[in-house]
This record gives sequence, structure tokens and C-alpha cells, in this order.
Amino acid sequence: MRRRWQSRRPAVQIDRRAFLSALGGTLFLAQQADPLRDPARAGQSRAAVGEVDNSEVIKGIERRLKCTCGCNLDIFTCRTTDFTCTYSPALHQEVLALHEAGNAPDEIIASFVGKYGEQILMAPKPEGFNLVAYLVPGIVVLIAGTVLALVLLRRQRTLQAERADAAETATESPPPTSEDLERLREALSEVSD
Amino acid sequence: MTLLGQFALWVGLVAGLWSAVVAFSGRARGRPELAATAVRGAYALCAAMVVASLALWKGLFTHDFNIEYVAGYTSRNLPTAYILTAFWAGQKGSLLFWALVLSLFGVLAQLMTSRRHKELMPYVAGITSGVAVFFIATMLFAANPFERLPFTPADGRGLNPQLQNPGMVIHPPMLYLGYISITVPFAFAMAALLTRKLDTGWLNAIRKWTILSWLFLSVGITLGMWWAYVELGWGGFWAWDPVENASLLPWLTMTAFLHSVMIQEKRGMLKRWNMTLIVTTFLLSIFGTFITRSGVIASVHSFTQSNVGFFFLMFLLSVGAASFALLYLRWPELEAEARLESLASREAAFLFNNVVLVGIAFSVLWGTLFPILSEWVRGVKVTVGPPFFNRVNVPLGLLLLALTGIGPLIAWRKTSPRNLRRQFLWPVASGLLAGLVLISLGMRDGWAVGALMLAAFVLGTVAQEYARGTRARMRMYGEAVPLALVRLVGRNRRRYGGYLVHVGILVYFVAFAGSAFKVTREVTLSPGESVEVRSPYGHTYAFTHLGVSQYEALNRLVSAATLELRRDGEKIGVIKSEKRQHVDSFGKKSFEPSTEVGIRSDLREDVYVVYAGSIAGTEQANFAITINPLVWWVWAGGVILVLGGLLTMWPGGRVAAPALRKDVQAGFEAQLVGTA
Repeated sequence: MRRRWQSRRPAVQIDRRAFLSALGGTLFLAQQADPLRDPARAGQSRAAVGEVDNSEVIKGIERRLKCTCGCNLDIFTCRTTDFTCTYSPALHQEVLALHEAGNAPDEIIASFVGKYGEQILMAPKPEGFNLVAYLVPGIVVLIAGTVLALVLLRRQRTLQAERADAAETATESPPPTSEDLERLREALSEVSD
Repeated sequence: MTLLGQFALWVGLVAGLWSAVVAFSGRARGRPELAATAVRGAYALCAAMVVASLALWKGLFTHDFNIEYVAGYTSRNLPTAYILTAFWAGQKGSLLFWALVLSLFGVLAQLMTSRRHKELMPYVAGITSGVAVFFIATMLFAANPFERLPFTPADGRGLNPQLQNPGMVIHPPMLYLGYISITVPFAFAMAALLTRKLDTGWLNAIRKWTILSWLFLSVGITLGMWWAYVELGWGGFWAWDPVENASLLPWLTMTAFLHSVMIQEKRGMLKRWNMTLIVTTFLLSIFGTFITRSGVIASVHSFTQSNVGFFFLMFLLSVGAASFALLYLRWPELEAEARLESLASREAAFLFNNVVLVGIAFSVLWGTLFPILSEWVRGVKVTVGPPFFNRVNVPLGLLLLALTGIGPLIAWRKTSPRNLRRQFLWPVASGLLAGLVLISLGMRDGWAVGALMLAAFVLGTVAQEYARGTRARMRMYGEAVPLALVRLVGRNRRRYGGYLVHVGILVYFVAFAGSAFKVTREVTLSPGESVEVRSPYGHTYAFTHLGVSQYEALNRLVSAATLELRRDGEKIGVIKSEKRQHVDSFGKKSFEPSTEVGIRSDLREDVYVVYAGSIAGTEQANFAITINPLVWWVWAGGVILVLGGLLTMWPGGRVAAPALRKDVQAGFEAQLVGTA
């Protein structure tokens, strides 16, 4: 019976005392500030920020999860960007609720994947077929670089062998004249770019 | 005016088709006079596009809201500068902008190319016109900017607030100019293949075009980062969004081409590779447009989904197939004239640089398309976001940075071990010294330390190159340091301009490394309340909320939150962030409220404040405060890179004549044998 009751509990749970205290604090502070002439033009009305909103653990979790509004940003970036999205604040509350319920970061991530699918992760988990995504670019560059190095080494050896053969068959060259040296100097200045 | 615009589009279509068809048939039938009319067709096409564009601008400026495009992207109270830019703000207008610029570039290519390449020109005209015809046909049959509404609204919807930013006035056209100008080198490459004029002549004809395309892309990408930073409010400048990635792809392959083409010019090698790079760059520019316009991959930058994606896909596939088929047919004629001699040569360093650049392009493309592949193979949607791209590309980026420093230190053809030691000593020492200093200062982020060490190594390389060149001139000609430096750079603009570009790139890397130390904090403040945030440099910034004021501007209702800013107790100014509710001329809300960021920038770090919104309709407000180290250097890197690019393009200086190349090689060979 108890188990059935638990399974019906909502996914998002907020500690009642903490909520009332935050609400009370917000209302108290709001009473200290003057009202805006036209609040509607100042964007969405917002709740006061608490220390937990700035927790590095929460930020770290939210940076791994994608906002579902279609912006391609993670939850933390989306909820602190432009402040027009209505999805990311709700997702932030879900993260907070799971965190307050004592879940570890990986458990929170797993809970989100279970609820929203793999797409909720900002990057695919490096396992199974997803390894293809991570490994292929590195492998391609490695193979291309290795093949290039091998081809160059082979050519270098072939050329050295050809030069050695040519040197054996060639008669002794006369020493370079001053004209030759001048030509060389010009040639070097041309190829030095 | 819409009738005139519509008519001009049809005239442009016919003129472009004529130009494309006769360029090929005139040559095939051996009738040069027919081929020459291809060039005139390109001029007529350009004139038609100018008329069509003027017609659309007239509609925009006269608020002809019966035109669907005008009603969709402007309003009566839109500032004039943004009416001008509304031309390319939407799908249909940007297609016309593309056709206009391409036709202008087609004409400029005809007028500015030396008569030495006259055999190529009809084909160049035919190909640029053919590409323009595709854009005109897409407009006429799928996305007509002159389409009329069945009624005339009293006012238009206005321009998306995020596009009402000076960055968006110039960022999209710059990026378009980059994408579009790639067509010219592509046209020359195809013309060279068609005419079998496969010597280095066509490369001389396109040298400035390729640098120009690359510069436009570089400026467009940097301005895009700037716009994202100052307008979107997330405190970053690059999010690895598919559309951002699409702009990076042709830039990477074009950068590879700019390096490998030097090997073809100097040694007559890599002809096949260079052709492949040019074709790939052009196809990637069309692919970028396809990504932006098709909606095949979700992106915040995408235009509204429409059926133009199908047109682009068909065009991409057919042009790709035709180009690579032609390249295959001419493959035997693209034999290298020389062989690479040593692994320790500048040619080899450039080749490895090409492998890394193309590798990064591949990894970006791979990551961008992987969600489609995953869905196709596993039936599971995945997201490939910044964590993936950073993980895969940061090591490759650092490898590229290392090669940026290594390349200039190695001589052409081959380098002796003694020379290598002499060349590498100071740059490597400067890199190691930088590492020691950073670690002793307490920096522990491995990637950031690596990036900064490599940046110091590259800087050491460039400084050494400038210093040695200047010293050589001082010795040879007895010149003073400033004169020797100016003459050194003036006589070798391409080389020293290129080094300046390398400095720009290393400055980018240094700035990117700064992102690792970003600090972000959200706070709630009532007027008079303060909060302190500690920066990565150890400064303490105090923010005091001064209040929220509300006022009306031309086309928006503004709520502005102002904070007083103190650094280590000393007042350094005020910072203001706004919420803007845009309205049409009847005061009706036209978009969701948008945010204007408050930024205080200096050489070390940016203070970045976003007014998130008010609490319970009062002046008590939430703020997102970010301290962003080294962001100023991203923009400085862009400026240095552009200056370097302009220097390489500047007319005059000493240009290595390709005709001399063989003589030069022969002389060098003779001496090598003589001293062997």
C-alpha cells in the first residue's frame, strides 16, 4: 500500500517548509522595493535566487542536460540567457527537487534520461554505438597522418637511393663559379617565402 | 515595384541560363563568339539582380505591407538602418541578396582578371551564372520575395529584436560575402579543368579571391561571435550550434587550401589535392546554406522551415557529382611536377597542417550530422552539443596551433638537424618558459596551460622570423630597425602578412583558453543592496543595485536596471542591462521581451550583467553576473587576423612569378649536386 502511494508521488517534490520560507522571504523583500510602473514590460516575473541556485553541483548537472525548448543550450545556460524561456526554469526546479531528495548527480542525470530520453544529454554517453561518434574523428586523423608520414618516408628513401645512384654514375662536378653562386643566391631568395 | 522586381527575376533567370548554356555549347562547337556572349549574359544577369534588389528595397522603405516579405520583417517604426538590413533578415530576401552579390562577383571576376586568362573567362561566367540561376529559380518557384498578400496590413510585424543590433547589420552580409565569393575560385577551378589549362596560371587568377573569401568568412564568423556575446546574453561566443558549425566548415577547408596552394605554386605539387579542396569548400558553403534553410537539423539560427531545403539538397548533390566526375576525368593531367623530398620540410609540415584542418572539418561535420546517423541506425535521437565538440576538437585544435608554429621554422625541400635545432631553440624555450610561469602562478587547467604554452611557442616563432629578417636587412643594406622592418614586410607581404594571421589565430586560442576560468553567479538585489563577486584574477567586484527605470524608445518599451560597479573598493562606473518589449506603431506587442546585456570590458576580463527580470513587479530584480576573462582578446585576434589578411592581399610587393619556378629549381638542383 505504502509502495503504491509512493509511486503516485509527483516527479517534482519541493520541501514545503523551504518553499514557504523562500516565498515569505521573497514577499518581505519585495515589500521593500518600489513597484514598477509597468511590470508587464519587464519580462517574466521571477522568484528570488537562493544559494542552491548558485551551487556548483547544480550548475554541473544542468550543464550536462539539454533544455527542451528547442534552443540547443544546456539547462543552466538557457535559464540564465535572455530569461524568456519557460522550460528551463521548470527543468531547474526538477533538478533541485531531485537534488534535495538526496540523489547523486549521476542519479539525477539517469532520472532525466529515463523521463526525456537520451536526447536530454548535451553529449551522447560514450558507450555502444555512440563510441563511433567519439572515436571516428580521432581515428580518421590518426590514419591520415600515419599514411601521410609513411608515404613521405618511403618517398624520402626512394629519392635518397636515386640520388646515391646518380652520384655514383656522375663524374665529379666542377666547383661552383661566382655566377653559379649568384644564381643560387637569387634562387634562394625566391624560394624563401 | 513588385511587378518590376518579379520581371527582373525572370530576366535574370533567362540571362543566367543563356550564359550557362552558351559557355559550354560555344566551346563544344568551337564558336568563340558564342562563348563570349556567356560573359555578356553574366552582365545582363547582374543588371537584372540590381533592379530586383532595388525593387525589394523600395518596397521595404515605402512600407508596402502588401508584400508578404515586407510585412513579415519590417514595421513603420523600425529604425532606418534595420529596414536596410531587413533585406537579408529573412529566407526570401537573403536568397535575393545571395543572387545579387554572386552576380556582382561574377562581373567583378570578369573585369578584374588579367587577359592572360581569357580562355577561362566564358566558363567562369557560365559557372557563376549557373549558380546564380539556381538561386533565382529557388526564389521564383519556392520562396519569392515579391509574393503579395491577399490584403494589406496596417503595419508589419517588425524585425526580430535580436536582429536589431549593429552586429547583425554587418555579420550576415560578411558571412554571405564569404560563402558567395567561394563560387569565384570554384568557377576558375572548374574552368581550368574544362579547358585543361592546369598549370599554376589559374591559381594566380584566384589568389586574391581565395584570400578575400577567407577574410569575409573570418570577419563574418568573428562578428557572429561578437553578436552572440553582446546580444544573446549567455556570456559566451561560440555554442557549436549546427549553423555556426556550417560557417566554420568552409573556413577550415579554405584555410587548408591557402596553405597547400603555396606548395603548388612553388613546387608544382598537390594539384589534385588543391582541386579537391576548392570543390569541397564550395560544396560546404552550399551545405551550410542547406543546413540553415532546410530545418533538417534543429538550430536557433535557422530560417523558417520551407521546401527550399529540397532544392539545395538536389543542387548540392548534382554539383558535387558533376565536379568530382570532371576532376576524375582530368585526374591523370593533374600529375605533380616534383616530388616531396623529406619529412623535415615545410611542404610536409603544410601537409600535416592540411590533415589536421581537414580532420577538424570532418569532426565538426561528423558531430553535426551524428544525430541523424544515430536516429537512422538506432532509431534513437541524441544531442551532440558543446561537451562533445570540445572533447573531440580541443586536442586537434592544439595540434593545429603547434603546427602553426612548426611550419615556418622548417625550410622548403628539406632541413638539416643542425638547422632544426637553431630554428626551434628560442620558440620552444619561450613556450616552456610560459608554461613554467603559468604553473608557478597557480594555473592548473591542463588544456589552458597547454594552449598558452603553444601560443607562446607560436609567438616565439613569429617574433624570430621578423627579427631574423630585419637583422638580415640591417646587415645587408645598413638600414635602421624600423626601416628594415617596414621594407622586409613591404617586400614579402604574403609571408609576413601570413605570420600576422598566425598571431591573430594564437590570440584567439589565448582568449578561448580564458573561457576555462569564467565565473557565473545569479543574484537577487533590491535597490541599494550589494553583492560581491570574486574574479579569476583575484579582484573583488561589488555590484550595487541602483534601481530600475522604465521609458519608451522608438519601437520599444524599455525597463533598464542599473548597477554601480566597484573593483577592490574603487568605483569604476555603472553598468546597465535592459529588458525590451518591442511594439509596432500602434503600440501592440510584436515579440517576446528581449534582453540587452550590460558589459564592461577591459584587457583582462569582462564584467557581464544580464537583468533577468523583476520580482513581484517591483524594482527588486534578479541578475546573472558573469566575469569573463580575456574576451577582449577574441575581438583583438579578429582584428589582427584581418590586418594580416589585408597585408597579404595588398597590391605590390614581390610576387614569386610561377614562370620562374622551373629556373629557380634548376639553379638550386645544380648547386646541390655541385656541393654533394
